[in-house]
Amino acid sequence: MADVKGKAYEKPLPRIDEESRGWWEGLARHELWLQRCRDCGTTRFYPRAVCPSCLSSATEWVRARGRGTVYSFTVTHQNQAPGFRGELPYVLAIVELDEGPRLMTNIVGCAPDAVRIGLPVEVVFEDVTPEVTLAKFRPR
Amino acid sequence: MSIWGKVAIAGVYEHPTRFAPDKTAYQLHAESARGALADAGLRIEDVDGFFTSGVGPIGIVSLAGHLNLRPSHLDSQAIGGSSFVSHCVHAAAAIAGGLCSVALVTYGSTAASDRFAIGTGALGGAGDPPDSFEAPFGPTIVGSYALVAQRHMYEYGTTSEQLAEIAVTMRRHASLNPHAKYRDPITVEDVLASRIISSPLHLLDCCMISDGGGAVVLTSLDRARDLRKPPVVVLGGAEAVRHAGIGERDLLDVAARQSGPLALARAGVAHGEIDLCAIYDSYTITVLVTLEALGFCKPGEGGDFCAGGRIGLGGALPINTDGGGLSSNHPGMRGIFLVIEATRQLRGECGARQVKDARLALVHGTGGMLGQRHSAVTMILGRA
Repeated sequence: MADVKGKAYEKPLPRIDEESRGWWEGLARHELWLQRCRDCGTTRFYPRAVCPSCLSSATEWVRARGRGTVYSFTVTHQNQAPGFRGELPYVLAIVELDEGPRLMTNIVGCAPDAVRIGLPVEVVFEDVTPEVTLAKFRPR
Repeated sequence: MSIWGKVAIAGVYEHPTRFAPDKTAYQLHAESARGALADAGLRIEDVDGFFTSGVGPIGIVSLAGHLNLRPSHLDSQAIGGSSFVSHCVHAAAAIAGGLCSVALVTYGSTAASDRFAIGTGALGGAGDPPDSFEAPFGPTIVGSYALVAQRHMYEYGTTSEQLAEIAVTMRRHASLNPHAKYRDPITVEDVLASRIISSPLHLLDCCMISDGGGAVVLTSLDRARDLRKPPVVVLGGAEAVRHAGIGERDLLDVAARQSGPLALARAGVAHGEIDLCAIYDSYTITVLVTLEALGFCKPGEGGDFCAGGRIGLGGALPINTDGGGLSSNHPGMRGIFLVIEATRQLRGECGARQVKDARLALVHGTGGMLGQRHSAVTMILGRA
């Protein structure tokens, strides 16, 4: 797999399937879209076909602003896996979106030791392959 | 119909190896099975229930073949390192319910000699659905636990010194265990001076990677009374999972909060009656949050609770008297060793590390990635 700059992209890639396609297509347009149940109104992440709250299949997508705060993080100093080995140290984080859901991501665009819980962040879209865009976050 | 108090652990065996490049994982299962059956005074042909998470894709079937077992009850519960505690709880139910009469639980792994990077390798790619939303960002197992530690420090002011105290205590216990891999004493300063693996966790906050194996044999309490060793009774047990839900993941709501109180209630045992604990110490933070979640102290009090020698031998609640995964052994999934050490303590077989007059033990296994999705199994054991 080659990334958009032609270099080999070695990190794990998501499996884009029928349950999650809307999320990944949104990211490819550089937009964040969350699923909401049309029956009980519950917003859910990650995307899935059936609402776990009421088991309804009636789903709509609502756009998220792409802003949030750092809920927790860790500066990773050791990871032998291809793709990550060369980027140490990097920040693995859980960001709480203003809309509620908490998602796993990386904090980029600042020194790792500048990251704190509660840090306000905004989404950065990273096109890693022609098919896949990831939502990462940077301080705002 | 209650299943509790009717089934006993009749045999246990912890493989003494910590590094076995000359052995296979199957061999460690077999040698451990031999040890536990000999401990119980039972024969391999007595086994009619087989419990293991196995080796490889159809693990339990291949292992049954390797041991030439033809059990009428099979359980290959695979929920991470807690699996083997779960196997014992399930075996109690199966024996009390008449599904089998002699249950064999086995574990074996050559993680160290295979040079398998358990904690700091990348977690799977596009496997289970949640992986697609996590693996691209580089979570490691240690990183998953570190996310919990960081949040705990933020919410409650827990310090690296308090976490280090847990590692120091485990090492002191290991110094009394002739089979433990790391036996030289360490200090809080040593832990803090060790390199950061995934902040805020240092190298010495992390369990080791060793080889190893173990086995447990269970049967009815009535039958166990006639066997070689004093029976250790399964008084209660419960399981739970926690995960990211639909996006509301709470890193401090660990599964022990559900399994712990339920297991204690089923056993009819209060916290103050527990003489010792065997708590999965994959990382120092695991012990701290588990103690809080089990209800031994309030959320946020874990750091103070672990200070001052309380969780050490001679303290009010000794934890992991063998040295745990931090200092004795950790071949990847060490739940079975929790059961073995608790059993040996209740039999009074632990020599220099014996807890005086131990009557009730709490065993708690955690499996999986604490900050992403994990399982918990709590089991209460007591003397007959």
